[in-house]
Amino acid sequence: MTGLSAMMCCAAMVLVSLAAGQAAMAQSSGLTLPSSIAAGSAFSIQTSGSGAGTLYIVGPGQVIKRDVQGGGAAFISAGSLHNAGQYLVILTGNGPSETQALTVTPAAQPAALSFLAKPSRLPVGLSDGITGAVYVFDAYQNLITAPEPVNFELSSPAQPEQTRTVITRNGAAWTEMNSTAHQGNDKFVARIGSVTSMRVVEQVPGDPCGLQMTASPAGSEVKLATAPVRDCSGNAVPDGTVVTFTEAYGNSQSTVDVPIKRGIAAVEMPAHPGALISVASGVVMGNQIRWER
Amino acid sequence: MNKSGRLLAVILGAVTVALIVIGTLDPSSTALAYAGGQGLVPSSSTPELAVRDLAAEIGMREWGRAYGSLANKAEFTEQNFQNDLTGYYLSLRTYATLDHFQVRPLHATANDAEMRLVLYWSTVVGTSVSTRDLHVVRDGDHWDVDWPVAKKPDVPPQVIPVNYLRWDVIYPGAGDDWGEQNVEAPHVRIVDMHPVQRAEGVVILGELLNEDIVPAYVSVNATLLDKEQHPIASAGSFDKISHILLPKQVTPFFIIFPNAQLSDVKSIRMTPFSTLVPASADPVIAIDNEHLNPVPDPSLTGQVINQSGQVVNVAHVLGTFYDKSGQVVWVAGEYLDRALLPQTPEAFDIHIPEDLARDISSERTVVATYSERGEQ
Repeated sequence: MTGLSAMMCCAAMVLVSLAAGQAAMAQSSGLTLPSSIAAGSAFSIQTSGSGAGTLYIVGPGQVIKRDVQGGGAAFISAGSLHNAGQYLVILTGNGPSETQALTVTPAAQPAALSFLAKPSRLPVGLSDGITGAVYVFDAYQNLITAPEPVNFELSSPAQPEQTRTVITRNGAAWTEMNSTAHQGNDKFVARIGSVTSMRVVEQVPGDPCGLQMTASPAGSEVKLATAPVRDCSGNAVPDGTVVTFTEAYGNSQSTVDVPIKRGIAAVEMPAHPGALISVASGVVMGNQIRWER
Repeated sequence: MNKSGRLLAVILGAVTVALIVIGTLDPSSTALAYAGGQGLVPSSSTPELAVRDLAAEIGMREWGRAYGSLANKAEFTEQNFQNDLTGYYLSLRTYATLDHFQVRPLHATANDAEMRLVLYWSTVVGTSVSTRDLHVVRDGDHWDVDWPVAKKPDVPPQVIPVNYLRWDVIYPGAGDDWGEQNVEAPHVRIVDMHPVQRAEGVVILGELLNEDIVPAYVSVNATLLDKEQHPIASAGSFDKISHILLPKQVTPFFIIFPNAQLSDVKSIRMTPFSTLVPASADPVIAIDNEHLNPVPDPSLTGQVINQSGQVVNVAHVLGTFYDKSGQVVWVAGEYLDRALLPQTPEAFDIHIPEDLARDISSERTVVATYSERGEQ
């Protein structure tokens, strides 16, 4: 807790104690004010009586103090009282203190969305693989708990846009979307009216599919090269993905982990007549070749 | 002081003087070496003492004195001799210290002998053992060692194009909004896990796959749970894993719970950990001539070949051993204490427990590498 907030907290406790002691008087308070306002609204508080006094408005994380003349009005300008919550309005002066309760509600107009999109990267073709959750805030960062319709839109260059409309509950709304069959960066947008928030979801190729290699002689070695490596949706598996070549001969074997480069993986290994050569990537097996030369 | 006390003092004084005289006239070779002197009598009066003296000087890094004692020092320089022992390039051996050594006679005649010197080096990853068979020759009243120097491997001048991928990561800044997307951690999956009871405790063996398209720094933790699902113990794979995994790469892992009993364990909670790190697809390491050697000295031997153009300072060879059904039955590894030079084979020899050797029908080897440039 910072020094300022500790001080405000102590002040609030003192004033609340004061107000509690004057509860009977507060019931017949001469203060006139709305029982509820929207955060950031301008409003006035009408006092009764005479003489100089001090008006306190004490609430969550905020205290406002005004010098007032009895019978006059205190004007609270727009944006001054901006934290939603329950407040106490206390008038002190020559006579007994007067107290009133004031409720500050979030502004009706959404101004900001906190949008959590998970994951930021996932394989193509996953049903309900993308989750989006939205929290709706007003211009003063108060959570708007009133129901609001939120539009979720997932768009990719090659696929039709997916849309969902979800009504917020207690300020939050969430949905699930499918990843498409094509790799690329999809835009995931949450929208309420003109307020939007966008995230990028990277859809990446899945496991290699139908991994195939060919072998050809290269001097005393055998040159092994895969066909362009693609996933089951036809997306090119990205460069850097490891492909493992294993050559078994007699009671021995040789192994090389080779990253894909320009779409294929290639390596030269010692040529052993009768060797059985296999290829794999991760847990996916490819074809086998028996090298007879 | 009474009479008996004076007598005791005289006796202690006489014994002390006698020990000093004995130690001066006939010091032990090791003590003499550590004291930095040559002694009053030559300590290399036998082949074994000559080798012990040499090993002690190596242990003290007294390269000049050790080199000066060699019979064949004209064949190489003192720097060659030192590099032969500490490595020509930065490696585990560079900062290793000699913990102890053993000398075993192999063959001896009146004028020459064959001795085996086993050096136990303390490195940052444990003990590294190197064995040298030495020829020792008589020179008058003392013996000198012919040191079988391994000269610097010659890599033929060549240009090796390095155009493999490298991944860099940009993380969100401190001032970004709450809820802003972070970079997704790599998706990894345990594809095999198998607990076994060994004499030293419970061992968990398995394999971990990076199923993402980005490189990952990985580790695995395991927690043993009893029948009430209460934790018994937790442990991690530490260095018995290849920590950097490129996309679709698989590493074995090995977690040991010393003194634990598998019969006390109801279930095991596995926690794989992954984080996105910058990495390079280079260097590519080929593993050649992998061979499973049967009992009585079961092992996996082979050679690793650095196919890239950069020097790999530390290589960790990890072997995964499977039974006929393809289940992992053991994981073992060996650090190579020499740097891997481009295109230069380096042998490895991974010991396999004798009682498991008969169950092993296949193996898979991976190499984790660490280079001075900091890439992997």
